[in-house]
Amino acid sequence: MNIELLCQYLIAGLTYGTIYAIVAIGFNIIYNTTGIINFAQGEFVMLGGMLAVTLDAFFPLPAAIAGAVIITMLAGALIEIGFIRWLKSPSVLRMVMITIGLSIVIKAAALAIWGEGVKSLPYFTGTAVTVISMGDVHVSPQILWVIGASGLIVALLTFFFNHTLLGRQMRACAANMDAARLCGIDAKNMVTLSFVLSAGIGALAGCVVCPITYVQYDSGTNLAIKGFTVAILGGLGNSTAAIAAGLMLGILESLSIWILPTAFKDVIAITILLLILFVRPSGIFGNAEAARLKEF
Amino acid sequence: MNLLEVRGLNKRFGGLRAVGNVGFSVPQGAIKALIGPNGAGKTTLFNLVSGVLKPDSGTITFQGAEIQGRLPFQVARVGIARTFQHIRLFPKMSTLENIMIGRHVHSRAGFVSAMLSLPWTHREERAIRARALQIMDFLGIAELANSDAVSLAYGQQRIVELGRALACEPKLLLLDEPAAGLNMRETAEMAKLIERIRATGVTILLVEHDMALVMNISDEIVVLSYGEKIADDQPLAIQRNPEVIRVYLGENDA
Amino acid sequence: MARAKYVQILLLAACVIVVQLAATAADKTQYLTQLTMAGYYSMVIIGLSLLMGYTGQISLGHAGFFAIGGYTSAFLTTYNLLPHKDAPAVTVLAQCGMLLSGKDLYDADILVVQPWAACIAAVLITLAVAYVIGRPVLKLKGHYLAMATLGFGTIVYKMVLGTSLVGAADGLSDIPAFQLFPGLSLSGKSSLRIQNYYIAWGLVIVGVTLLLNLIHSRVGRGLRAIHGAEDAANAMGVDTAAFKLRIFVVSAVYAALGGVFLTHFNGGIGPSEASIMKSVHYVAIVAIGGMANLWGALTMGVALNFLSLRGYFGSHDDSVFGLILVAVMLFAPEGIGSTGAPTMIRAWIKRLGAREEPAP
Repeated sequence: MNIELLCQYLIAGLTYGTIYAIVAIGFNIIYNTTGIINFAQGEFVMLGGMLAVTLDAFFPLPAAIAGAVIITMLAGALIEIGFIRWLKSPSVLRMVMITIGLSIVIKAAALAIWGEGVKSLPYFTGTAVTVISMGDVHVSPQILWVIGASGLIVALLTFFFNHTLLGRQMRACAANMDAARLCGIDAKNMVTLSFVLSAGIGALAGCVVCPITYVQYDSGTNLAIKGFTVAILGGLGNSTAAIAAGLMLGILESLSIWILPTAFKDVIAITILLLILFVRPSGIFGNAEAARLKEF
Repeated sequence: MNLLEVRGLNKRFGGLRAVGNVGFSVPQGAIKALIGPNGAGKTTLFNLVSGVLKPDSGTITFQGAEIQGRLPFQVARVGIARTFQHIRLFPKMSTLENIMIGRHVHSRAGFVSAMLSLPWTHREERAIRARALQIMDFLGIAELANSDAVSLAYGQQRIVELGRALACEPKLLLLDEPAAGLNMRETAEMAKLIERIRATGVTILLVEHDMALVMNISDEIVVLSYGEKIADDQPLAIQRNPEVIRVYLGENDA
Repeated sequence: MARAKYVQILLLAACVIVVQLAATAADKTQYLTQLTMAGYYSMVIIGLSLLMGYTGQISLGHAGFFAIGGYTSAFLTTYNLLPHKDAPAVTVLAQCGMLLSGKDLYDADILVVQPWAACIAAVLITLAVAYVIGRPVLKLKGHYLAMATLGFGTIVYKMVLGTSLVGAADGLSDIPAFQLFPGLSLSGKSSLRIQNYYIAWGLVIVGVTLLLNLIHSRVGRGLRAIHGAEDAANAMGVDTAAFKLRIFVVSAVYAALGGVFLTHFNGGIGPSEASIMKSVHYVAIVAIGGMANLWGALTMGVALNFLSLRGYFGSHDDSVFGLILVAVMLFAPEGIGSTGAPTMIRAWIKRLGAREEPAP
């Protein structure tokens, strides 16, 4: 093992970790307003990537990405309005099944539209072989894009939830749906908004990683499991902790390649998920009581 | 001889002391009541005895054996059955089936023997049914056997809950506000039922808000306030206890 | 109630026979192959129906148990022990009559474990895994439980996919036939098609009977109580955690048996049997048939698996299952087994059974 290689692995881990964190934040936004875990969360990421690849053929890259994010947000809204809004206090089991069913349908639709092929966006800056060198460590500029975009998402969300009326209304709904309703907040629209937001950041994350990780009709499932692991690791609903947990998981996974065959890389994340669920379902950072206090 | 002995029981929730150093005993064959203003810790104490909560310290001794910290189903197996303040009957099951669940601790058909439908399990099943019907007879609700338990009238549901607990043939019966939500006539009937149950040799510990009922049927009363025991005496003495009066009527030192 | 149970089982047996006779008469015995496979998948489904319906627990990992059963059996009956002939463990197995000498495809001598011994091993391993996984998993609720079982399923899938010893992406093939009794052999040979149809459905009928016995017993009553009001059931002396765990283990063993038998019937098994999509199919079928409704789940299990195996859904298999799942959960969350016609059929069967029962 040498230091350069270690740094290389760390950076790869950080890249994946940020994406996991973004997916986890997507889970958290919907969970906080509705108490639902959206099992179709990974599909938003896949849709973002796929749509951007398609639109990229007709528009310049920034427009393609914007278009992909907007279309995915619309899909998010459509899912909430069509399948969730009008259910009266559905059981958790029912919601799990509905969102799983939707994820299957989205995946099948993606397969029908885009086929089984692996697709990719061009690198935002330079090409696949462009590197920025820092000493002996070489980094693809795309990695900086991923980390930058994720940072921007987190900053914007923080601003939105803390300093805008709409964001505060959503937080009110998360804290106490009934009380929020009594204050005249349209809780139903807030739930729709949470799906739209969640779809949007998922899609954006899907776009920026697409050049590195590629996208395929079923690449959402794996991301969803990782994202959920991270969300649980940080304590469901706690997005600040999710960022830390995401980075941890990413690095752990990438270092695991040293000890285990690559085929078992995914097993690491899931084993961690199971262990956390068994030992500390409230997450490593939270305690049981804090887990009940929902914050974004 | 005391059937149940509670010694130095403590339970905190975060910074709140729900039960502080409470001790009392329930003599064999007695009806003992726990009273106190809202938030006095009655329900917590009840949940500690029935195993829903684990005490931070202290002992609960039943028939000479310490049972604190055991799980509810283990507490039920040693001979303590309970009813619930908010009725918890089993939906989608008949009244008879609800009461038959009470026989669980006295029967033993398990997964393997039930799947193989062994002959003795059928005999056991018939015995369970017969005993459940007998208990329904005792409570005067035999005609409700086949009706859906949760669609019964409220007062009847309370009696079915009582029947379910009795089917355990407990030595100690814990009644959590047995008269809650009942009208005066129903409350009087409940009082009679409780007396009749005691007459069969079952010891009773109850939490109740209805003072008339408590004073009427209890042999001894424990009064709790802010998690502490402030009195433990016979009903007449409790009524005259200045501390109890102060707690119930509030301090009027104008 | 007890009589209704036997009437139901007799009706099922009658259906099985009628279908076979009709298929033979119409010269469409090839349909029996898919019905055989559907029967084995139904083992997973009836077990899962019990778990989901009577304890309110979801499992998105039952394909994992199916695969553990299938793969254990496949591996043991194909792995050549000849090079390890002198190892003490192998000698012991041989002395117990658990080994079988034979020839492989290239006519080389091989020494493998007997199918029946492999089947027992598969069941025992599943039992152990289900117990170890089930203990912590069943303490979880809702989303946590769904994700934990999904995680378990994914681990099994990735493990079989990544382990070259069990064929990695290709899976295992050339699984020998399983001689149940002299003259009764579990294999996919087309000459044994009718025999195998009856083996599969015999297994399903036994499976259903055992589960019905369980439901209509003290244990079943306890399970319904747990589903209705868990705290009250516990206060009445029902060891709720142990009951849930046992149901989980029973349903896992049913899945594993389906896996063992189907593997011998197909002569092979691949990683797709362990995939999450399979688990979701099973859950979807149970939800569609109606939870806590063994007959609804069984009917849907046979119907949907048959249609899917016959290729009626073409390449849209997944979307069909997904759409049905969403639609049922939106409009009939109790399953279509609880709507209109099926309810009438059930009431009719109940009357048929009640007629012979003396009034209490």
